[in-house]
Parts: sequence; C-alpha cells; structure tokens
Amino acid sequence: MSTASLEGIKKSFGDVQVLHGIDCKIQEGEFIVILGPSGCGKSTLLRLIAGLEKITVGTIKIDDREVNNLEPAERDIAMVFQTYALYPHMSIFNNMAYGLKIRKMSKEEIKKRVYNAAEILELTPLLKRKPKELSGGQRQRVAMGRCIVREPKLFLFDEPLSNLDAKLRVQMRLEIRKLHQRLNITSVYVTHDQVEAMTLADRLIVMDKGFTAQIGSPLDVYERPANTFVAGFIGSPAMNFMDAKLENNGRSIRISEKEYLELPGKGLPEHIDNKVRAGIRPEHFVICDAKEAQIKLKTDVVEKLGADTLVHGFTLENNIAMTVSLDGIQHFDADTILSFRIQPDKIHIFESESGKRLN
Amino acid sequence: MIQQRVVFNNKVLPYLLIAPQVIITLVFFFWPASQALYQSVLQEDPFGLASTFVGLDNFIDIFTDEIYLNSLLTTGFFSISVTFSSMIVSLLLAVMANRVLWGGAIYKTLLIWPYAVATMIAGVLWFFLFNSTAGIIAYFLRVMEYDWNHALNTGQAMFLVIFASAWRQISYNFIFFLAGLHSIPPSLIEASAIDGASPFKRFWTIVFPLLSPTSFFLIVVNVVYSFFETFGVVHAITGGGPDYATNILVFKVYHDGVLGLDIGSSAAQSVILMSIVIFLTVIQFRYIERKVHY
Repeated sequence: MSTASLEGIKKSFGDVQVLHGIDCKIQEGEFIVILGPSGCGKSTLLRLIAGLEKITVGTIKIDDREVNNLEPAERDIAMVFQTYALYPHMSIFNNMAYGLKIRKMSKEEIKKRVYNAAEILELTPLLKRKPKELSGGQRQRVAMGRCIVREPKLFLFDEPLSNLDAKLRVQMRLEIRKLHQRLNITSVYVTHDQVEAMTLADRLIVMDKGFTAQIGSPLDVYERPANTFVAGFIGSPAMNFMDAKLENNGRSIRISEKEYLELPGKGLPEHIDNKVRAGIRPEHFVICDAKEAQIKLKTDVVEKLGADTLVHGFTLENNIAMTVSLDGIQHFDADTILSFRIQPDKIHIFESESGKRLN
Repeated sequence: MIQQRVVFNNKVLPYLLIAPQVIITLVFFFWPASQALYQSVLQEDPFGLASTFVGLDNFIDIFTDEIYLNSLLTTGFFSISVTFSSMIVSLLLAVMANRVLWGGAIYKTLLIWPYAVATMIAGVLWFFLFNSTAGIIAYFLRVMEYDWNHALNTGQAMFLVIFASAWRQISYNFIFFLAGLHSIPPSLIEASAIDGASPFKRFWTIVFPLLSPTSFFLIVVNVVYSFFETFGVVHAITGGGPDYATNILVFKVYHDGVLGLDIGSSAAQSVILMSIVIFLTVIQFRYIERKVHY
C-alpha cells in the first residue's frame, strides 16, 4: 500500500495549458476517482501520474519519493487502458506474465501469481487463448489481471468501462469495487460517468477546464457542491438553478415577486447584498396542496421511467425551465399546474458571479 | 465497409472500361508467357530460319550447365542479401521516422524519392559513383587506401549490385513499415512501457511481432523484385561479370536470348523463372495471407 501526492501540477502542450495547478494527497488504500466532462484534463492528469507525459510544473510523489523524472517502469504503477491495450499476439497467460518476465521473476513465481490473479478474476479457463478470442468484459478482466500480478504501488484506471455495454458496465463496476476491497491497492480512476464515480470513489476529484472544482467524498460532493459547475455536473437529472435575492436579513430568498423560499437557521445575513443563484435538485421537490405551495410549475413533458417520473416544466411566475423527479409512476397532462414545497436544508445558494457556494 | 453496386444501363460500357487492363495483360503478359512456353520446347537454327521440336532437352541442358547452376546460386545469394539488407535498413528508418517530431514530413518525402528512380538509372548512378577511374566514392576509398574496382573484383561487383538494388527498394519497404508502425496502437507501447520494458525490449517483444504481416508481405515482394526488376542494375553496373559473379538468372535470360540468340534455352530459363514467381505468389496468397495473423 502506498500514498501519493500531487503538488501544484501544471501541464501545457505547446501554448495550450491544460492543467492549471492540481493539488491532492492520496491516502493509503484510497480509491480516488477523477471526474469531469471530456476535455477537462482528467486523462492528462492520469498520464502524468503514470509517467506517459512530462509534467510542466509541479511535483508528483509516490510514497514520498519524487517521481517527476522517472520512467513509467520505475514508478511501480499499473494502468488499465480504455482500449485494454492487450498484446494481441500473446496468450492471456503471457499477457499477464509479460511485466513479470521483464522483471526477471522466477518461472514458478510468475505461474503462481498469474494463476492466483486468474482465479480472482475467473480467467483460469481462458489462459491459453488470444485476446481476440475473448469478449469485451473478459478482455477488461485480463487488463486488470495484468495489473494485479505486478502488485504495484498504485493502480491507474483510464475510463476502463467506457467500451462496455450498459449491463456489463454495471457488473464490472461492482467487480472493480470488490477487487479493491479485497486487495486494497491505492487507486486512481478516471471517468466521465458520474454513477461510476459515485459508487466507486472513496474520494472524488471533480475537474473543470484544468482546475479542480472540488475534492471530497461522493456524498459530500453531492450534498454540498462547492460551486455551480459541480452542482450542475453531479446528479442526474441536473440541478435546477434560478436567480434569487436574499431578503429578510438573509433568512429567505425571493425567487419571484410572489414566491420566496426560507433558508434554514439564521440564513446568510453576511451576504445580504450579493446577487445569488439558488439551486434545487429535482429529487428535492415535494408535491403539496396549492395553498402551501412555494413554487408552482406548469408541466410541459412528463417522462415516466418506472422507478420515478420526471416532470419538465416552467415556473408559473417567471417561466424558468425546471425538472422535478417524483417517486413512482405519476400521471400528469401537459399544462397542468403543480404545487411544490422545498425543504429549507436542501436549498443550495451560490454567488452569482463566481458561482461559489455560500451556504 | 460499404460497397456500392454500380449498375450500368449500357451493356457495352463495362466491357470497354475493363478493356485496357485486359488488353495490356493479354499483350504484355499472356502472349509473351505463352511464347516462352512454346519456344522452350523448340530449338532454333542460328539464322532463325527453322526450328525443331526437342521436348525437354532445353531444360535438361540448363540443369546440367555449370554456368546456369552457378547463376542459380548467385541469384539466391543476391536476392537474400537484397531482401534482408533493404528490409533491415528501411525498418530502422521507419522506426526513426515514426519518432521524429520535427521535419518528419520532409524526412519521409526524401526517403521516398529513390523509388521514383528507374532501376536502370539507379544502376548508372551508382556505377558512376563507384567507378574506379571517375567515381567520387571510389576516389575516397582510394584515399583511405582501399583498392576499389568492381570491374575486376568479384566480391566488390556483387556488393555494388546488391547495394544499388537494395537502395532503390528501401523507399518501398519504408512506406510499408511506416504504415505498419502507424497501425500499432500507441496504448500497446505505453502498456509495455508501464510493464517495465525498455525501448529495445518494447521493439522486440511488441512492435516487431505485430509487424510480422507487413514483414512477410515485404519478404515476398522483395524476393520477386530482386529476381526480376534488378535486371537494369546488373545490366548497367556489371553486365553479369566479372567472371559471371553477378550473372543473375534474369540477366542470363537476356544474355542468352538477346545476345547469344539461343532462343530455346533462354525461353526455358524464362519458364523456370516464371514458375518461381508463380510459386512465390501462391505462398503469398495461400500461406501468408492466412497464417500470419495474430
């Protein structure tokens, strides 16, 4: 088990700066997921850790040893590639044994390790086959097996499940989680899929345009997003935003002439002058009687997904698009007026200009 | 791949469109080939006025002729040398070109140029450069106190024809190797780097095996090239000499037939060459295309 730390990592390709100073300390046995939309620099960050790209500024340490100028081979890491990158001309056994052979390990030890890993990943009957004779999920497991046998300090995953179909992805996600619980190897996992991120991560690094938008546990990131980017990116369907004004000494926000929402406790008296944006997740709307309504929506499209129903509509007062998620199957016609209440502690308040969280 | 089926309304047009290719094949391949087959069982009198059917006598003569058997060995040595020297050099250049970051396009273009040079011109070019009285390379060799004269020294003559033939073929091999290298996913190389393989080891354990389809294809192409197309090089540089040292089969066909006017024997030799190329083509299609896959 190992620790790793990223200190002020910057990376430029020519004139284009893709990473603007990433800091993170990774604990022993921790499963870190780097999450972000495509082009946010998450894969680049992983390749910097692997040593496949050179760092422009900053320091990467593995077990307190600076690895900036070490070759990938000398860093004692293993990586699962998006395309699996299995050696097509070698059998599965040789694919897994390759790294060990290069390290001049004894034949018995290699055999022991490969069979051991194959056992864990249920690959034993496939060891004599070539990669092209395996299915996507099996190849994925071989790619992981190749990493396990090495017993590396650090496990790196570069969107390993994105080439699998939806069902297999769920299954492999579970297997990766189990594997980590069993072996407890410090891991860094890159993905753009937030479900993967939420289920796998001990801690999340949410990235946006080469900056870290937030680092925290999945629930922390979900419940207290640090800014509007994270708030909008995490959660599906995405959080609803509306412009608002703090009033009543910061204890409530006004979202339209007739509508206001109360904030928990003393509210935000110190930000009384700031322009703010309020965010409410679709699942935090509670349907109620018209008399108690805090927000009224006029429905537009209703999507019945079985487990829940998504109502797309517009606020009656100032016509802002909103999505509401309700449990179970609910029937509404278009242009129905619905009334909702919102629990005060589920309201997120952000500064309008910077997008920073205020409450 | 999506294949579009073209439908012609005119019944004659499709035949007209393939006619040039068919006519060229018939006139320049089938006709001479059938002529060679026919002539190989005939013996012609010195003045070309009459010919007699002699069965397989021409072939028996050839295989008991020491000069021919020597030429067979020479050709074998020559073609193996040309194939491997040109392939090794082009693989080396392709690997380097694949890494070059700056000026890669210029480098690649320059490397492809020699292929535009006709074999005969290539022969003449190197003949002049190595000419023992006027050649600049021969001059430098003399400065370094190495006595170069490929007109007299059999080893030097052989070296020069191999060198000139291989030089011209490097471009062709280079393109194929470069394409082959491009088709290897970079993630494989990265995976093996992370697995701890040195660049040298990466090449031998990953890149080279993955190039094997390209390599086998090029071996066949290069052997065929060195058997047939190198005629111009030999003709320009050594004329098969000195002492039959560079008398490769295809040159001997020309020498015996055109200069010696022994049409029967020359035709029989062509038939043998023809069967060699047919054999190589069969290997190419049957064996290599199927087996060399990973």
